[in-house]
Amino acid sequence: MSDTKKHKMKSAKKMRDLMTTYYIDALSASQNNKQVAWITSGGPVEPLLAMDIIPVYPENHAAMIGASKMGDDLCMKAEEMGYSSDLCSYARADISCSVVKGGPIGGLPKPDMLICCNNICGTVLKWYEVQARFYNVPLFILDTPMCHTHYHPETATYVRAQIDEYILFLEQMTKRKFDHEKLMQVGRLSIEGQLLWQKVLNTTRHKPSPMSAFDAFFFLALIVTLRGTRVAVDFYKELNREMEERIQKGIGIVPNEKYRLLWDNLPVWYQLKWLSNTFSDHGACLVADTYTSAWCGTIKYIDKDNFLDSMAEAHTRIYLNIGVDQMAEQVLDMIKFYDVDGFVMHSNRSCKPYSFGQMDIMKIVRDKTGIPVLMIEADMLDSRNFSQSQVETRIDAFMEIIKQRKA
Amino acid sequence: MKEINIFHDAINDGKALASKIKKTDKKIIGYLCSYAPEELIYAAGFHPMRLFSSKSDIILAENHLQSYCCSLVRGVLEDSLSGRLDYLDGTVFPHTCDTIQRLSDIWRMNNRYEFFWDVILPVKLNTQSAKNYMVDVLTRFKKDLEKASGSKITDEDLNKSIQTFNRIRKNLSKIYSLQTKNPGLIKGLDLYALVKGAMIMDRDEVCSLLPKIVSRLEQMNTQKNTAKRIVISGSICDSPDIYQALEDAGGVIVGDDLCTGQRWFEGKIMEDQEPVLAIASRYSDRMVCPAKHIGPAVRGENIVSLAQKTRADGVIFMLLKFCDPHAFDYPYLKEFLDKGGVKSMLIEMDGQLSSLGQLSTRFETFTHMI
Ligand code: SF4
Ligand code: SF4
Repeated sequence: MSDTKKHKMKSAKKMRDLMTTYYIDALSASQNNKQVAWITSGGPVEPLLAMDIIPVYPENHAAMIGASKMGDDLCMKAEEMGYSSDLCSYARADISCSVVKGGPIGGLPKPDMLICCNNICGTVLKWYEVQARFYNVPLFILDTPMCHTHYHPETATYVRAQIDEYILFLEQMTKRKFDHEKLMQVGRLSIEGQLLWQKVLNTTRHKPSPMSAFDAFFFLALIVTLRGTRVAVDFYKELNREMEERIQKGIGIVPNEKYRLLWDNLPVWYQLKWLSNTFSDHGACLVADTYTSAWCGTIKYIDKDNFLDSMAEAHTRIYLNIGVDQMAEQVLDMIKFYDVDGFVMHSNRSCKPYSFGQMDIMKIVRDKTGIPVLMIEADMLDSRNFSQSQVETRIDAFMEIIKQRKA
Repeated sequence: MKEINIFHDAINDGKALASKIKKTDKKIIGYLCSYAPEELIYAAGFHPMRLFSSKSDIILAENHLQSYCCSLVRGVLEDSLSGRLDYLDGTVFPHTCDTIQRLSDIWRMNNRYEFFWDVILPVKLNTQSAKNYMVDVLTRFKKDLEKASGSKITDEDLNKSIQTFNRIRKNLSKIYSLQTKNPGLIKGLDLYALVKGAMIMDRDEVCSLLPKIVSRLEQMNTQKNTAKRIVISGSICDSPDIYQALEDAGGVIVGDDLCTGQRWFEGKIMEDQEPVLAIASRYSDRMVCPAKHIGPAVRGENIVSLAQKTRADGVIFMLLKFCDPHAFDYPYLKEFLDKGGVKSMLIEMDGQLSSLGQLSTRFETFTHMI
């Protein structure tokens, strides 16, 4: 149900058009004498834009592969190439896609360089090494030491030094001087875009919620791929307007929203519609999630007048690069802010840094809030690790508990 | 050889070993990764002890780590939660893989011991800024250790420690090269005991035993061995049965690329430099593990050159199930070996060696094929 409504959102079509344009531009980069950089989703994209390099995100592409249910096939091809089926399915799908040119858009444009920031996981390091060998192009690694408990001064020094190395790397790749002036502009747009995205996410605090986490998963693509551009800023302004309008008219994404839930971990891309319908049939709306806020969660560290320095800190202290206890704190804040009745955790076989520690978070949430917590076993892309009937039974049982609690 | 038996006794009864060490009033610091700076721990007057899983059934750790976590990490957490590691006074977690990073958080949040440290090493090791950062991180750890022990770590302490570890490493290296020259000189099981023992026993003892073993081995008469020369590659290999099975199948180990093997002990620390700097350089420059980066193809080149140097007939990859860094490297390492004309096989272990019989058959097929 929520899915059919989503299509009624004016912004959804707009967003599809923008993404199509973005991918057409990226795919025709070489004809237009533009360079392409592949970059991890948590990587600093702003310096690329300042140098007129087109950023491409294998993770966003992998999400598209998942949503179009092409993940299993590509993952299996990677397994035939010798990659264990226990590895991150984004990585598996992308690695084999490069070889077979599969997926919904026939593969990504060939990179001229690779930018890997390990603030999300160690997987991206290995994955980008594979691609560096395959495409035989330079790889820049931005190493962001994990902040288990603190952001140490030596960490700040190290990451800051690498931002300079990054700029030097881009100067070598483009054979042009770095454009600091332009970086300031891009930086401002990036901050503005992130703030607007946060605002969009915040609208779901309203009851009934004008959109759900499933919509957030969809609308996320622009803040990932077009962060730092005017296009993203304009789009999210528009989206905010649409949300405000829905709030004013009292339109909720789930008809008769009765229960509000929080989602943890990546989406299950190939089951979005089914999951959305299953929850909304219970009158439950997934109003927020821990994943989509990652692209605005560290805005508090960014100083627009001192973009380069603050960028180091913002990239190092993102959600997946902090200790599990700090993650639990953020979850507790969200539970309060969005006033949710239950917490749904996706135990994602593919993503170890996101999933290990979840059980401790679950206990903390139960102890501190008393709300029911459900953990479902799945994988964001590889549907062979998903049992629909099992998950359905568990969701039904979970919703029963919530209903009883609220009755 | 009686010196080797001391190692066997030590690794067979970790608990007895720990209580022996405790009697000397030394505090025991555990860790799970070959990047743990043992030299600093030892210089601070603590006993560094590498942790291995006792491979007991997973019961308590089920509440903290899902089933798709590697058996090493689940196993060690189980040991800790069930009190089997209560002899520990603390632990240190150097940055390794995603799984260890999360284990560090879970460990800290369920803390059972007096000391806990994260040593968040750089992942990239090939730049000056990363090298500087490595020095900074080790300096911080040194200060933390001083706070814990209540006394300063002097340069003299550090130099003594460096010499001790250099000697241990050099002698292990010698034993390996003797074995490469005269395969079968030492049994796989003994080799395993020496390496594992050197990571958990009193280091002064290890330091005095190893040279004796070396000179005994040097005097031994060797017979020509026609067994197939094998290199093992992987993370840790803590299944002694494998060595026996391999030898029974007509193979002999001539070298390894393991965290509990050559990757851990090759490479000397400079003795004429500022000690922390020297230690940092060794960790930056040592044979790289797949969770760290020096270049996209470095491990491929390393494994081929190791196979050539040891004149290996084949390489056996022993990977732990759910171990991401190693699983990502396997296809390309194999490809490099294929190109170099070296045959290889893959074994995926999930901790428990359930079917040794099946493994033996696979080893036999492999040694016949190469
Ligand atoms: S899904 Fe997890 S493991 Fe995979 S690339 Fe993303 S953060 Fe890394
Ligand atoms: S075996 Fe692999 S996954 Fe497990 S701790 Fe070691 S490197 Fe990490």
